[in-house]
Amino acid sequence: MVKFYDREFSSRLLIGTALYPSPKIMQDAIRASGSQIVTVSLRRESAGGKTGDAFWSLIRELDVTVLPNTAGCKTVREAVTTAKLARELFGTPWVKLEVIADNDTLQPDVVGLVEAATILIKDGFEVFPYCTDDLGVAMRLVDAGCKVVMPWAAPIGSAKGIVNRDGLRLLRDRLPDITLVVDAGLGAPSHAAQALELGYDAVLLNTAIAKADDPVAMANAFRLGVEAGRTAYQAGLMEARDFASPSTPVVGTPFWHAVS
Amino acid sequence: MRVTINGEARDIAATRIDALLNELEYEGSHFAIALNFDVLPKSRWAETHLKAGDEIEIITPRQGG
Repeated sequence: MVKFYDREFSSRLLIGTALYPSPKIMQDAIRASGSQIVTVSLRRESAGGKTGDAFWSLIRELDVTVLPNTAGCKTVREAVTTAKLARELFGTPWVKLEVIADNDTLQPDVVGLVEAATILIKDGFEVFPYCTDDLGVAMRLVDAGCKVVMPWAAPIGSAKGIVNRDGLRLLRDRLPDITLVVDAGLGAPSHAAQALELGYDAVLLNTAIAKADDPVAMANAFRLGVEAGRTAYQAGLMEARDFASPSTPVVGTPFWHAVS
Repeated sequence: MRVTINGEARDIAATRIDALLNELEYEGSHFAIALNFDVLPKSRWAETHLKAGDEIEIITPRQGG
């Protein structure tokens, strides 16, 4: 089981709800992923619009826990207000906190992130901060009261997989009691497996599933990748080494002395 | 009265939030509203008076990653 604040879940795959070819495929992909937590956003509703109601009824049919995000917020003030709107709208203290520094890379503004997290935690929120793989930033987030930290693998939607493996490994080693989620940049189920093999508690992704040719099949593939990675972590991976070591026994090799 | 709604300047007749939603023909049930960057709980929509220059954000759930 994986713990997010005081709640426990069996699925270690958190999934986004955006970019699917259709609402039906979104629902089917989320079901195929086995995810129990889905991310949603908040957007302006135009006069007379019912887009929000239609989307919300699709999500409610899935019987999942909702993690609202503050995607697109560029300032602490915007992020804090958006988080409070999410709490009002969804009735949850959970928020995936994003404060974005740069439009082209969607690089997190880690200074603003720590500031916003501090404000929100004092206000009773349970914050899931989207951050970089910088240990100093992660430690500041933990000091602020975050029990979950979500470093990126690579920029959002880039599908590059884990760019800084050593950085992510260091976070895991230094923050053994924090729930760590690799969020953003994963492109393939093998990337998700790598995150779980490193000892990460879960992964969060959206684009790699939603933009696959067959999102439902890809959701299933990511489910399996996450399970494989977690099982491998628990089984204990062997250390890499520089030289070969025969797996077939050497004793009794035929023609042993005939070959020189 | 001129206010800003979802980033656009509008002239409105309503003087309270609930009346504003009616005037703009918002029909859905899942809204959250921020008035000048403060969240306004649904329980206070009927009693909250608007004034010229107010900034109102009307927000609903949407797809997100």
